[in-house]
Amino acid sequence: MAVYPPKQAKEPPLLERGPIAWVRHNLLSSPFNIIFTLLGIAILYMIIPPFVKWAILDAHFVGNSKADCAGGGACWIFIRAKLNMFLYGFYPHDQLWRPKVVIGTILALGAFAKFVPGLHRLKLALIVLYPVFAFILLHGGLFGLPLVETAKWGGLLLTLVIATVGIVLSFPIGILLALGRQSKLPIIKSLSVFYIEFVRGVPLITVLFMASVVLPLFFPEGVNFDKLARALIGITLFEAAYVAENIRSGFQAIPKGQYEAADALGLGYWQKMALVILPQAIKVTIPNLVGTFISLFKDTSLVMIIGLFDLLSMVTVTANDRDWLGMDTEGYVFAAFIFWIFTFSMSMYSKRLEKKLNTDKGK
Amino acid sequence: MSETNKKALGEPIIQIEKVNKWYDDFHVLKEIDLEVKRGEIVVIAGPSGSGKSTLIRCINRLEEYQEGSIKVKGVEVNNDVKNLKEIRANVAMVFQHFNLFPHLTILENLTLAPVWVYKKPKKEAIETAMHYLERVNIADQAHKYPNQLSGGQQQRVAIARALCKSPDIMLFDEPTSALDPEMIGEVLDVMISLAEEGKTMVTVTHEMGFARKVADRVIFMDAGQIVEENDPETFFHHPESERLQLFLKQILNH
Repeated sequence: MAVYPPKQAKEPPLLERGPIAWVRHNLLSSPFNIIFTLLGIAILYMIIPPFVKWAILDAHFVGNSKADCAGGGACWIFIRAKLNMFLYGFYPHDQLWRPKVVIGTILALGAFAKFVPGLHRLKLALIVLYPVFAFILLHGGLFGLPLVETAKWGGLLLTLVIATVGIVLSFPIGILLALGRQSKLPIIKSLSVFYIEFVRGVPLITVLFMASVVLPLFFPEGVNFDKLARALIGITLFEAAYVAENIRSGFQAIPKGQYEAADALGLGYWQKMALVILPQAIKVTIPNLVGTFISLFKDTSLVMIIGLFDLLSMVTVTANDRDWLGMDTEGYVFAAFIFWIFTFSMSMYSKRLEKKLNTDKGK
Repeated sequence: MSETNKKALGEPIIQIEKVNKWYDDFHVLKEIDLEVKRGEIVVIAGPSGSGKSTLIRCINRLEEYQEGSIKVKGVEVNNDVKNLKEIRANVAMVFQHFNLFPHLTILENLTLAPVWVYKKPKKEAIETAMHYLERVNIADQAHKYPNQLSGGQQQRVAIARALCKSPDIMLFDEPTSALDPEMIGEVLDVMISLAEEGKTMVTVTHEMGFARKVADRVIFMDAGQIVEENDPETFFHHPESERLQLFLKQILNH
């Protein structure tokens, strides 16, 4: 038998801490890893300097026409000249303040929601009222605002309208479908399963075609259902099936004991789902949900094929302008950059949300 | 000792008559007859797979049964929504794995059902919740999340949550089986104090010390049926059936 005195904690060896350890463990841990590290550096070297040269060093920023873009390098003058078309499509020039106000308002509301605590009722009311306000302002025809048909909406504005409406509406429908698929009532269950499996088996392009070409055949003659509205319905119903499957995977992560505890406490079905199961299911499925929403955001560019002009189609249109022929590359790089900013922000937001909602591991 | 201070029990509050239950072809409960009186402490023991958890989960309809009848305070336990609501309001349950809601704080776990199901004003629900949290000695953790607490603390919270709707009957389904040994005591202490207060309790447990100390009646189940029931003194010292003798030998001799 023996008794041992307490030992002092000491620092780890020099090679095992800080950046040195990181490089050793992550970049140079084996001969194989060293080869890949070198290969990676070589590839970056081949891509980054030429791109920087084209996009910044040799690029043209000043001027008014294609003539100012002599020589190699990107012609960013084109982007500046066509900026309003990229952002708002064919929205009438003298009415551009309207989309600007709509976008400004949403930013202001976002800041209000984030920085002003409490006032939940008011915030909820604003969430409900905002779409009405945005639609009236954009569409006009009321309060003396000149009418701007949805066919004239375009560019980033249209992309954002489609993505926002698609995300906001497909979410609750998806939740209902997921609940339906879990339901013990056979009819509701089979309808949900059929719907989800059918929609997931069909490409979005087909759905858009059906919404724009087939759907009007069912309406009586002379009834002209707005093309954008048809696309929105198609995209929303399409995305809802994917959202439903994401949420269902979340349900499966919830232990049976959670349902039982809610039952034993006396919660009814909707209370149990809304207060106990869904908050947890949605939380575990945030990465998947955001993945779905990001792909929805990018898929909005498919509306091009039914004749709506989103950001990407505006690039095609403007690059065909006789004064600016050959500017496709600049246009697509610009569009890619805008898409990336939005999708990357969505990813970052989802990461923050996950962290905030993560009560499982303690705080 | 339980014979010396035998307490007066009230009217029958749980009446189980000829209950049979099957999982597919497997006959899991066989002709169960059991009556529990108000204020009575019943402990159900038995080897695993004997149907004891299934039985108490039938009392609050977490499990359905196919034959027989169970009444709680005279109300038939069946699929009738009104009956179910009444039974769930009268009967609370504490689970082996606590089943706290991990996305809510301790306090929110306790006030959820009172506010949403029983429509209590939020302020009153919080007061009640704090009262029971103090009761289980855990009021200082009210604003933490379940997973920041130890198993023993979580189970005490679960007991407080069950108490918040002032149930007539508490069901305990192996409340200490998932706990580390050093935490069993703190949970049993809370249960013992509830028992002394005269709460009606039906407890499935392997803690024979608890049964000896507070039970009015101990029931031994094996293979889906009640094999023997008796007061703790007789149950532990003069078991009649061979199966109970064997069971006691297995759990007490180590």
